[in-house]
Amino acid sequence: MKRAPVLMAMACGVAAAMANGAPAAAGVLDQVRQRGQVICGANPGLAGFGVPDDKGKWTGFDVDYCRAISAAVFGDPDKVKYVPLTAKDRFTALQTGEIDVLVRNTTWTMSRDTALGASFTNVNFYDGQAFLVRAKLGLKSALELNGATICVQQGTTNELNMADFFRSHKMEYKPVSFGSAAETVRAYDAGRCDAFTSDSSALHAERLRMTNPSEHVVLPELISREPFGAAVRKGDDQWFDVVRWVGYGLVAAEDAGVTKANVDEKRSSDNPELRRMLGAEGKLGPAIGLPDEWLVNVVRAVGNYGEIYDRHFGETSRLKIPRGLNNLWNKGGLMYAPPLR
Amino acid sequence: MRAGQTVTTSGRAPRAAWWGNPAVRAFIWQALLVIAVISLFVWAGRNVAANLRASNITWGFGFLTEAANFDITGSLIPFRAGDTYARALLAGFGNTLAAALVAILIATALGFVVGVARLSRNVLVARFAAAYVEALRNTPLLLQLLVWYNVVLKSLPGPRQSIALPGGLLLNNRGLYGPWPVAAPGWSALGLGLLAALAVSIGLAVWSARRRRAGRAPLALWLLTPLVFIGLPLAAVWLTAGTVAGALPVTWPELRGFNVGGGVTLLPEFVALVLGLSLYTSAFIAEIVRSGVQAVPKGQREAGRALGLREGQILRLIVIPQALRLIIPPLAGQYLNLTKNSSLAVAIGYPDLVSIGAGPVLQNTGQALEVISLIMLIYLALSLLTALLMNWWNARMALAER
Ligand SMILES: N[C@@H](CCC(=O)N[C@@H](CS)C(=O)NCC(=O)O)C(=O)O
Repeated sequence: MKRAPVLMAMACGVAAAMANGAPAAAGVLDQVRQRGQVICGANPGLAGFGVPDDKGKWTGFDVDYCRAISAAVFGDPDKVKYVPLTAKDRFTALQTGEIDVLVRNTTWTMSRDTALGASFTNVNFYDGQAFLVRAKLGLKSALELNGATICVQQGTTNELNMADFFRSHKMEYKPVSFGSAAETVRAYDAGRCDAFTSDSSALHAERLRMTNPSEHVVLPELISREPFGAAVRKGDDQWFDVVRWVGYGLVAAEDAGVTKANVDEKRSSDNPELRRMLGAEGKLGPAIGLPDEWLVNVVRAVGNYGEIYDRHFGETSRLKIPRGLNNLWNKGGLMYAPPLR
Repeated sequence: MRAGQTVTTSGRAPRAAWWGNPAVRAFIWQALLVIAVISLFVWAGRNVAANLRASNITWGFGFLTEAANFDITGSLIPFRAGDTYARALLAGFGNTLAAALVAILIATALGFVVGVARLSRNVLVARFAAAYVEALRNTPLLLQLLVWYNVVLKSLPGPRQSIALPGGLLLNNRGLYGPWPVAAPGWSALGLGLLAALAVSIGLAVWSARRRRAGRAPLALWLLTPLVFIGLPLAAVWLTAGTVAGALPVTWPELRGFNVGGGVTLLPEFVALVLGLSLYTSAFIAEIVRSGVQAVPKGQREAGRALGLREGQILRLIVIPQALRLIIPPLAGQYLNLTKNSSLAVAIGYPDLVSIGAGPVLQNTGQALEVISLIMLIYLALSLLTALLMNWWNARMALAER
């Protein structure tokens, strides 16, 4: 009976599949602990937000968010596995459980937050969509783009906003869309398109990849709101809370003047707000399944929100994006954390 | 006396236990296998359903009739933001079909030429053909597509420096632009005239064949057919419009603002895709043609020579008909490959079925399972249709042979 072993194997396979087939009972936080790693959906390469260097070490604003989550869970920011995802692949990767959290300049929209099976925890960067054009065209406004050919990346909000923009202004345009940022940028740079549209922050970053960056300018209009946020899979409140409060914790730390340099000193201050926040008293950490000193570990590893921002977008960075809306609420921006109490 | 002996004495052969019977055992194993496979599917299906429910994703094809909010450039089947997702997929399908059909034609023609060239007695030609085949089929298609796309984009000027070609054609890195008819009664008449010409010329061919079989002189088709094809359409146009030149208006491409407007456009993405697919596939077809020709026994050629046929006649009357029987089945395989390979289009921004389906449609609806299975079904149907057509052709060739 030659077939028997094969059949046995199949039967065993089925049995095994049935056994662990039920939608994972253990929460994501437990899985992350067991695995010893957070799996973070990241940008395959966008300066400022997330880029791997040739040694496979990742840096960037979104990358620091993943590192903050890792620091909160493990006390160590480096227990992260990054999965590079194009705009097209990111929600499928989240839905199927390939990643635990998506932090990849991803715009929070209602349909993504509901029908796409994702839940956005909070906004980490407020942006808007703009157009990059060649300076020699002499354009002053996006409203002069009637008839233009425009390169765009597939699966982005940008593709949709552009359609809305041209439709509502009764203008004509020809989109040329690509699966990845690299291909989109290459086509625009080769002259296939008159303009390249994306989030303003991304345009600042991608401009630097052009053959001759100084020949390109970003047009002034922002044609959309693009609030980027971290997203988790629906249906796990504990993990949602962890990611959300790591995000708020970073903002609260900046608001309270807690920095990478002074975090240990602040923890032993007698300010009750600081003591609660930094786990010297109260049980905020354990309430979300984390140790008392969760936020201390986070700030020690990556700094507060402002420090992360400055590192990647500030005056000393390559991108130099003014804080604007991303400043704290009391400094003219929109960054605001509910009280940590 | 034991029971067993009683049975023996009753005169019947000793019956083996049922589990010793190979037929029964085979049946049981097969039944188990079927049960296992079915439960695997049931389990997978329920798991998918549970996971979808847990992530708040609804299953179904209702999204197809909803309005899509993106645009597609240059699709054969026009599409605008606000049309349905179903139409977006249809537009993508149309583009896949267009690119695949054109590429199949070019690949076949090139493949036959190169395949025969490989057998040429001229060493230079044969070597060149061999190099062509090896270079093209041993490098990844994706890479070739990217190279062609960049060659097309980089070697052509921007719209303001468009190259003017004869016949009112304009060429730049946004595409090849040509004149295009503007809807007018004259054009409809022309179309009808062409159809009529086709019908008449088929009739003539049949009539001529019948005459020949009856032993009478065949018609001068070489003269009649072109006459019919020129005369009938022109007459139709003239009868409806009273004039010929003015009855067939066209728009000419011209520079308008950023781009060339008017006329018809062949996008660089289309050109690069068709170029890449047809060159790549032609290398495989060349090999098929070469092996098909070589597989015809040498004795056949020798017999031809013995009969006093010329080399050209030997090729046309003896070798090719026999080689075709060997060539057609693998050729069908290449056509299927080419069609499926066209899904690499997304890398160079050509809006084919996969690019649009797995791109904006899937992304904005979140219906991954539905969209992907639809795409798979469409490719399957396309493949089966191709296979069917090729089988039919194959059967015809095989028959004509005997
Ligand atoms: N914020 C937009 C766009 C996000 C996006 O994918 N932006 C592009 C900017 S070029 C990007 O990061 N692409 C990187 C890649 O996919 O390789 C969204 O969420 O849809």
